[in-house]
Amino acid sequence: MGLPTMARAGKRNPARSPHRTRRPSSGTSPRRRLARRERIAVAVRRDWMLWLFALPGMTLILLFQYMPLANNVIAFQDYLPFLGIAGSPWVAFDNFSVITSGDPAFVNALTNTLLITLVQTVFVFPAPIAMALLLNSLVSERIKRSIQSVLYLPHFLSWVIVVSVFQQVLGGSGMINNFLRSRGFDALDIIGNPDAFLALITSQVIWKDTGWATILFLAVLAGIPSELYEASSLDGAGRMRQMWHVTLPGLRAIIILLLILRLGDALTVGFEQIILLQPAVGRDVSEVLDTYVYNYGVLGGNWGVSAAVGLVKGVVGVVLVLGANKLAHIFGEEGVYRRG
Amino acid sequence: MVDGQYRPHPGIRALKAVVLTIACALVIAPFVAIVATSLADQQQIARAGGMVLWPETASVSAYTAILSGGVITRAAMVSVGVTVVGTSLSLFVSTLLAYALSRPYMAGRGVMLWLLLASLLFTPGMIPTYLTVKQLGLIDSWWALILPMAVSAFNVIVIRAFFQNVPGELIDSARIDGANEWMVFSKICIPLSKAVLAVVGLFYAVGYWNNFFNALLYLNDSSMWPLQLVLRTYVINGSALSSDELGSPTEMPPGDAIQMAILVISIVPILCVYPFLQKHFAKGVLTGAVKG
Repeated sequence: MGLPTMARAGKRNPARSPHRTRRPSSGTSPRRRLARRERIAVAVRRDWMLWLFALPGMTLILLFQYMPLANNVIAFQDYLPFLGIAGSPWVAFDNFSVITSGDPAFVNALTNTLLITLVQTVFVFPAPIAMALLLNSLVSERIKRSIQSVLYLPHFLSWVIVVSVFQQVLGGSGMINNFLRSRGFDALDIIGNPDAFLALITSQVIWKDTGWATILFLAVLAGIPSELYEASSLDGAGRMRQMWHVTLPGLRAIIILLLILRLGDALTVGFEQIILLQPAVGRDVSEVLDTYVYNYGVLGGNWGVSAAVGLVKGVVGVVLVLGANKLAHIFGEEGVYRRG
Repeated sequence: MVDGQYRPHPGIRALKAVVLTIACALVIAPFVAIVATSLADQQQIARAGGMVLWPETASVSAYTAILSGGVITRAAMVSVGVTVVGTSLSLFVSTLLAYALSRPYMAGRGVMLWLLLASLLFTPGMIPTYLTVKQLGLIDSWWALILPMAVSAFNVIVIRAFFQNVPGELIDSARIDGANEWMVFSKICIPLSKAVLAVVGLFYAVGYWNNFFNALLYLNDSSMWPLQLVLRTYVINGSALSSDELGSPTEMPPGDAIQMAILVISIVPILCVYPFLQKHFAKGVLTGAVKG
């Protein structure tokens, strides 16, 4: 791929194009070595336009991904908006005491988060795998594609729309309850019922994203060599045995990868979805760490404390992903990235 | 498929058909009901007690009411504006960045790539991000809905993967003809990557159109709200719209029809682009997932 540069940089600098000098062998040969200043000059002449291309994107990433990381210092401050970061007093680890001392509101948010994560891993995670296996077993390519097109759609709707739709169908004056009332039954309170909350959010997530999540599994299934199926059927394997010995092993790597990524998000459960449903059910069952940070920090003005909670949550997430990836490597799986 | 010699048991085939039909119905039925209710008249909605599955007499009064210049019209224009400006900006910035990062010889590429990938792992918290937006003076500005989500590392990686697959010979021959980076980018790489740009554009557009959280956090002034926030107020929280807020139509259509019409308005743009782009989804998503 280096040819284009050679054509250009080479003309002006017949000695050597700079990307060549970066190769390991180049350092040993005096003829290929360029003075540092000369190298920079060549890079500037060759790459200035590319740097200009990258500038706006990198600026936005530094501003909105990395500047907030620096702003995490307010987790160690008694941050007061009118004093700013420079003027607010430092309080060391005081803000973290809600976590260490087991503040009831925080414990409630943490418990709910973990419960929701657990339930969703059990019910939401396998749904697309099952759906992909089902779709994959269809013979007609056309029917398969049409069904996929339909099932992808809800992924593109906002949470506001999904919650609205569910409310119109399941709410107090929704379709189901109208039907029940018209047949003389009692109406069911599903939207505002704390006991149904977990089931409600889980079914919403399944409705919204199961179809979309099948894309990945279907692609992996399509990549399993058909010789494996032929060989296994020659060995007398029926469909169930093929599923067990060929299909599922083929899916193993991607399942492990997604579980690892999921672990990193274990403390993150749908903020938009839950904040929209919260007024109807109350915070007892619906407060999760993200809504806690929003309610307590942004609405309540407790900046330092909720920044501390957010910081711990982020660090735990990174540690979980890296740890799980390490574990996957130990068990001989590829994980998210290869062992570096 | 793979094992054609097996004809599945008829019972199993029937079961599959039932499961898939139910799955599709669960997705489609709510849309039908929403559109039908938005078009139905007062009597029918009252008789049904809320939602109807098929309008007996179709009327667009709910739509003319919400689009006659009131709160909803303004919110829809904000959403359209943010989506159009945001998507154009995002596509432009991400494509340029992806091109630069796809050139193997660019000095500093390693550092930039690392910064990009690491940003996927270290997601900044809500409070520090809020402070950043505030420090940049974006509170109560529509830019607060755009700039924080303007570059998605995932999308940049997807586009970059496509640019890396552009045949090197093509680029080399353009270079020999005297093309500079901008010409290679705009005359060779962009035209060859239209499909992925369409999909990434859709991802960005959907992101802007659907975003609710940034507006909730960064816009205190409710007259600036985009559609999603207005949707929450009038559909989820169920606040009734007065004829004043609607832009005073002559007669008030039924509240349910209005709510459903607001929902339809917020879904329609997605339904319009969806059929044209969905055939590219798998490719776009998978390139990102595999090369990430």
